[in-house]
Amino acid sequence: MKLHEYQAKQVFADAGVPTPDSQLASDVDGVVAAAEEIGYPVAVKAQVQVGGRGKAGGIKLAEDEDEAREAADSILGMDLKGYHVDRVLVEEAVDFVNELYVGITMDRGEGEPVAMVSTKGGVNIEEVAEEDPEAIAREHIDPAFGMHPYQARKAVYDAGVDQSIARDVSSVLTTLYELWDEKDGSDAEINPLMVTSDNEVIAADAVMNIDEDALFRQPELAEMEEEAAGGDELEQKADEYGFDYVRLDGNVGIIGNGAGLVMTTLDLVDYYGGEPANFLDVGGGAKAARIANALDMVFSDDNVDSVVFNIFGGITRGDEVARGINEALEQFDEIPKPVVVRLAGTNWEEGMEILNEDLVTVDQTLEGAVQRAVEYADEVNEQ
Amino acid sequence: MSVLVDDDTRVVVQGITGGEGKFHAEQMMEYGTNVVAGAVPGKGGQEAAGVPVYDTVHEAVAEENADTSVIFVPPAFAGDAIFESLDADLDLAVAITEGIPTQDMARVNKRLSETDTRLIGPNCPGLITPGEAKLGILPGNIFAEGNVGLVSRSGTLTYQVVDSLTSRGIGQTTAIGIGGDPIIGTDFVDALELFENDPDTDAIVMCGEIGGEDEEEAAAFIGENVETPVAGFIAGRTAPPGKRMGHAGAIVSGSGTGTAESKISALNDAGVPVGDTPEEVADHIEGFLD
Repeated sequence: MKLHEYQAKQVFADAGVPTPDSQLASDVDGVVAAAEEIGYPVAVKAQVQVGGRGKAGGIKLAEDEDEAREAADSILGMDLKGYHVDRVLVEEAVDFVNELYVGITMDRGEGEPVAMVSTKGGVNIEEVAEEDPEAIAREHIDPAFGMHPYQARKAVYDAGVDQSIARDVSSVLTTLYELWDEKDGSDAEINPLMVTSDNEVIAADAVMNIDEDALFRQPELAEMEEEAAGGDELEQKADEYGFDYVRLDGNVGIIGNGAGLVMTTLDLVDYYGGEPANFLDVGGGAKAARIANALDMVFSDDNVDSVVFNIFGGITRGDEVARGINEALEQFDEIPKPVVVRLAGTNWEEGMEILNEDLVTVDQTLEGAVQRAVEYADEVNEQ
Repeated sequence: MSVLVDDDTRVVVQGITGGEGKFHAEQMMEYGTNVVAGAVPGKGGQEAAGVPVYDTVHEAVAEENADTSVIFVPPAFAGDAIFESLDADLDLAVAITEGIPTQDMARVNKRLSETDTRLIGPNCPGLITPGEAKLGILPGNIFAEGNVGLVSRSGTLTYQVVDSLTSRGIGQTTAIGIGGDPIIGTDFVDALELFENDPDTDAIVMCGEIGGEDEEEAAAFIGENVETPVAGFIAGRTAPPGKRMGHAGAIVSGSGTGTAESKISALNDAGVPVGDTPEEVADHIEGFLD
C-alpha cells in the first residue's frame, strides 16, 4: 500500500522530520487561498500515486495568484498516466542549494533492512543505483536491534555528506528507520531531502509504502488507504472482491488459482499467440460465490473477447468451482464471451460432471484450454 | 530415499485446533505422515485429529519426541510460532501460513541463521516424499514415488508440473514448495544442494518466477556445484514491470531486475534448459532419464 505524498509527509512531520508548509486543495479557489496563506512562490503538486509527476505536467511552480490559478486549472482534473487528479498539494517552494536522497527498504536478498544515503538526490534514484551504485552509501540493519546511531552516521559519512549538515541528516535517517520499523514500512524515502543556503534540511518529497500484510496492526494507516484508493475502476472492483488482479492490454481474460499457475497461464496465452487481458488469482479454497465474482470481473472488462479458467485444485475443490461457473453463467440469456474451462486436481471429476457444457467449452489439458481461448479471441477479432 | 522428510519424521502441528490445521493434520495422517502431537496455547490437554494437544511446542518435544513442526497459525501470530519452533530446537519447521508481515520474517530470518533448525516457507504448500510422508497441504494423489527432485516457489504450479511428470510415469523423490514470499527459509540453493547430495535423485526440476534474484543465484550455484541434470521453468514472462502478480515477491522492479528473461538466460548459461510450457519441462526430464 502506497501513501499519497501528503499523507507520507504528515507521518514524517509528526515524527519530527522537517517538511515544507503545505495544504491540500481540491479546487482552484482552494489552491489560491492555500498559496496566499503559505506565501508565494508555491509548488502545486498532483496527488496521484505515479512516478514522474513533474515530467508529466503534474507539478508546477507559481510565483503569484495568476500562476497559481493557471497551475491549479491545468493540474486539477487532468489525466496523469491513467489516474484522475482530484487533489493537489500546495506547498512552500523551498530555495535550496543541494538535494540529497535518504531511504530505508527491505533488502530481500539479505533478508534485512538497508539504509541508503546519497548526495545525488533530486533525480531518479533507481537510475543512480544502476549507473553509479557507488554514489549510494548502504548500511544493513539487524532487524532485531534496529539501527544503531553509529550506523546512521556511517551511512551519512560514507555518502560524502557535508560535515555542516551530517548531524541533521543522520537524525532524519534515524527517524526514517524508526518510522519504517514502527509503521511496517516496505519503503520509506525522502527524495529530495533539500539543503537550504542556511544549512537546514527539509523533506521536499515523501514516499511511504506499507506492507499490506501488516495493516492489521496499523489501524490509522489502514484508514488512510481507503481515502487513497483510486486508479482503474476494475482494479478497485478487484479490491472490493479481494482478488489479486492486474489489468493488462490484451483480450484473453484469465482466471486461475495460485499466483504461479495464473502467471503460467498468462505466459501460455502469449506463447500460443494471444494476448492476456488480466491476471486474476482467486486464491486458495475459493467457493462458488467467489468464482462467480471472478467471472463478473473479467466480463466487465470491455477488452476481453474470451476467457480461460484454469483451476488446479489442492485446497480448492473442482466441484465448488464448477458450481460457481454454472451459477454465474446461468444468469445470462446469452454468455457475453466464450469461456473455456480446465479443471485438474482435487475433485476435478465431480467438477466435470457438474459443469454445464452448454455454457462453457471444456478442455482437460492446460495447453489445450489456452489454445482454445486464444482461437475464440481471434475469431471475435476477425468478425 | 528422500530429503528432509520420511516415514520416521515426527510431526507436531502448530494450530491443530483451527479449521485448516485440523483438516490438514488429518489429511497428512491419511497420507501416512507420522503426526504425533498438536501445539496450541490454551488448548493443552485436549485432543485434536486423534493426537494429544500441548500448550507449547517444547512440551510436544518432551512428551512425544516431535522433531518437525508444520505451522497453520494465523499471520499475526505465525512469526512467533516459528520462533517457538526454533527455540524448541526442531530439525525442521514448515510454515504454511500466508501473509506474515515481512518485518516479522526479517527477524525470524536473523534468528534462523543462529540455529540448526531448517525452515521451509512461509506461504508455501509444504513438502512431500511420495509414498512416505507429506508436510503441508499438497494434494498427495498427484505425486508418485520416483527419482526426480522438485523445488518450486509456487504451489499450484508445482501441482501442474508434477501432474505432467506423473502422467508420463515419472515419479518424485521429494517435492519442496519453498514459497513465494520475499523472505523465506530454505531457498533454491539449499534445496538444490540437498538433491545433489541425494543418491536417489537422478534429475531435478526447478520452478521459479519473476521477482528477486534467487533464480540467478541458483543458476550460478548449479553451474559450479550441481552434477545432477536440472530442468527449469520460470513463470511470469508476460508480467509488466512494477505490478505485484499475486505473490509478494513476484514483482519486476522498474529498473529491470527480477525479469523472467534474466532468470531464463542465467539458467541457460548454467546449462539448464528452461521449458516454455510445463509439458516441455517434463520433456527435458524425460530426456535426462532416458
